[in-house]
Amino acid sequence: MDYFLQLFLSGLTKGSIYALIALGYTMVYGIIQLINFAHGEIYMIGAFTALIVASVLTILGFSGLSILILAGIAAVIYSSAYGYTMEKIAYRPLRNAPRLSPLISAIGMSIFLQNYVLLAQTSDFLPFPALIPEFEFLKPVSHIMSSAELVIILSSAVIMVLLTFFIKFTRMGKAMRATAQDKKMARLVGIDVDKVISLTFIVGSSLAALGGILIASHIGQINFYIGFIAGIKAFTAAVLGGIGSIPGAVLGALILGWTESFATGYVSSDYEDVFAFALLVLILIFRPAGILGKSSAQKV
Amino acid sequence: MLNELKKSLITAVWFMFLTFPIMVIKVNTVYNTIVWRWHNLIYIGVGAFFGSMIWRWLHYKKTHISERNIRERLKNGLQNAIVDNKKVLYTLIAVAVAFTFAFPHMSNAYQINIMTTALMYVVLGLGLNIVVGLAGLLDLGYVAFYAVGAYSYALLNHHFGLGFWAVLPIGGALAMMFGIILGFPVLRLRGDYLAIVTLGFGEIIRLVLENWNAFSFGPSGISGIDRPSFFGLTLNLSQSMTALYYLVLGFAVITIFCVNRLQNSRIGRAWLALREDEIACQAMGIDKTKTKLTAFALGATWAGFMGVVFAAKTTFVNPASFTFLESAIILAIVVLGGMGSILGVILAALILILLPEYLRAFSELRMLIFGGSMVLMMVFRPQGLISNVRRKYLFDKMNFGGEKTNEAK
Repeated sequence: MDYFLQLFLSGLTKGSIYALIALGYTMVYGIIQLINFAHGEIYMIGAFTALIVASVLTILGFSGLSILILAGIAAVIYSSAYGYTMEKIAYRPLRNAPRLSPLISAIGMSIFLQNYVLLAQTSDFLPFPALIPEFEFLKPVSHIMSSAELVIILSSAVIMVLLTFFIKFTRMGKAMRATAQDKKMARLVGIDVDKVISLTFIVGSSLAALGGILIASHIGQINFYIGFIAGIKAFTAAVLGGIGSIPGAVLGALILGWTESFATGYVSSDYEDVFAFALLVLILIFRPAGILGKSSAQKV
Repeated sequence: MLNELKKSLITAVWFMFLTFPIMVIKVNTVYNTIVWRWHNLIYIGVGAFFGSMIWRWLHYKKTHISERNIRERLKNGLQNAIVDNKKVLYTLIAVAVAFTFAFPHMSNAYQINIMTTALMYVVLGLGLNIVVGLAGLLDLGYVAFYAVGAYSYALLNHHFGLGFWAVLPIGGALAMMFGIILGFPVLRLRGDYLAIVTLGFGEIIRLVLENWNAFSFGPSGISGIDRPSFFGLTLNLSQSMTALYYLVLGFAVITIFCVNRLQNSRIGRAWLALREDEIACQAMGIDKTKTKLTAFALGATWAGFMGVVFAAKTTFVNPASFTFLESAIILAIVVLGGMGSILGVILAALILILLPEYLRAFSELRMLIFGGSMVLMMVFRPQGLISNVRRKYLFDKMNFGGEKTNEAK
């Protein structure tokens, strides 16, 4: 039973992180129908920025919680700045191009950012400081749940609730929903569509950065390539739940997290990534619209 | 003017801010020391300042070219002059052919090795060009079929001692089979989903090869694969390298011939129609599934052939040769060369593979430049280095409805 609970919680932790990244995918796809292939790289850059800021602060003599908060803020600012710039350079000029052009551009961006970090920093795995402190009250159940897992699950839940409020009840959230439904119509009623798209990239990137810093301090090491796998998995989660749908992304991420966790726990740990990819292929073949997505007929 | 300078200045400052933590600070996490690399900040600033100017200039040029200008460039462009003028074209081809055939006799083994690799990428690029360029199906897992070919030779040679020539068709057929198996269920997906599924498939193949030790010998791979035999001759290493060079060259020539013939065939035109508009294409009575499947299977076959050649060339295969990066390089060749353009793909393959080999300083930056140029190409020149020469009629506005100026573009 303990083993089952342990797997369940580690699946939930993974799922929460995938959800944070998947939200960025699904929001961008919902608005401009683009698979933002470089989204995983934004997450990686968030983790790197956090690592660099945290190391500098450690050397300067800061301690504990203040490092976590400052590094988190820096990661969010930089990731959103990268997301914003990326949209402006690689996607905005291609708004009216054939569908494959922005996707190829996104792949190029992803390769570029990976190698930029590789060349500017290092190709080795860097140890990431454990920014999340150990809680006393979790001591008795530490074999089932670590405090990092608790923090990740709780903070992801809070972030997702905040995001839901932002999209449901604020002016900008409303504008985002309107743009997702019909860009031309949104423009007619006075919504600055370009601004809304930029904002979507900024929000998605901040979520990815938060995911990056949380998972990096849990796993304890990062390198330039972590964004690729995480990006594909988050994309799988988004597709699983129905791309474009926000609750779908969260649901898909949790299902993916549990699938991976139980499959590695009970079947074989060598094939962790194969399970995720196989799930992706199966979903796309049998239910391309995803669990919560609506399949719509194509109009001519 | 002042306005332009201001814009560039703002861009420069923005990029200096953007790249600050990653470019300037380098932390040594073992000794807890920081290296500040301020000079990088200056490079970035200056680079972004001029980069943004060039960016805006290119953008201006792209949006302000009038219809007339395009037409004139079509008539007088260098590339058209070459393609239209048969004399120049044949001379160039003759020189290229003479050079490629004479190449092994005027260089050393190292050069031949590089050139063989480059020619292999030409074939791979042309194979992927069928799928991506002609049929418009973005395949991000192309390397999976390459792996199928390579492993089929490696395994059959290891277990049963089969030779290169026996496995060559088997490898191609196996890759084609994989293409059909994968293609059948996924080809009804929309373009971008298809891309991701093929990517997932490619990764699954690599991960299985890496982990299924009993079958594929895991990450350590298979070594000691036989080099191809040629008419029972006994060749030393450099002779067999030369022979392999001619073999790949022959492959390249056959591929160029096949793709060229395919392009204007019934199926080739069906691919183009499919790429341009799926619904209209179906309405014209073209079987969508069959057409897509043929493209997929044909592309995979070429990858399978090259996989066999790759295994024979390196005499060693392991899963590390078949990462997503490899797919990305082949895709970059097709995209930069110009989707659907044979000449473009050949040129792009030679440039992208040979340049990093000869400019060693540049080879570190190779993937950075690949990625960056994929973005730039899509933004400023989506048709690639050499755009696909497509037959079409140009109508003259002045006597519209009158006689047509009948010229192939």
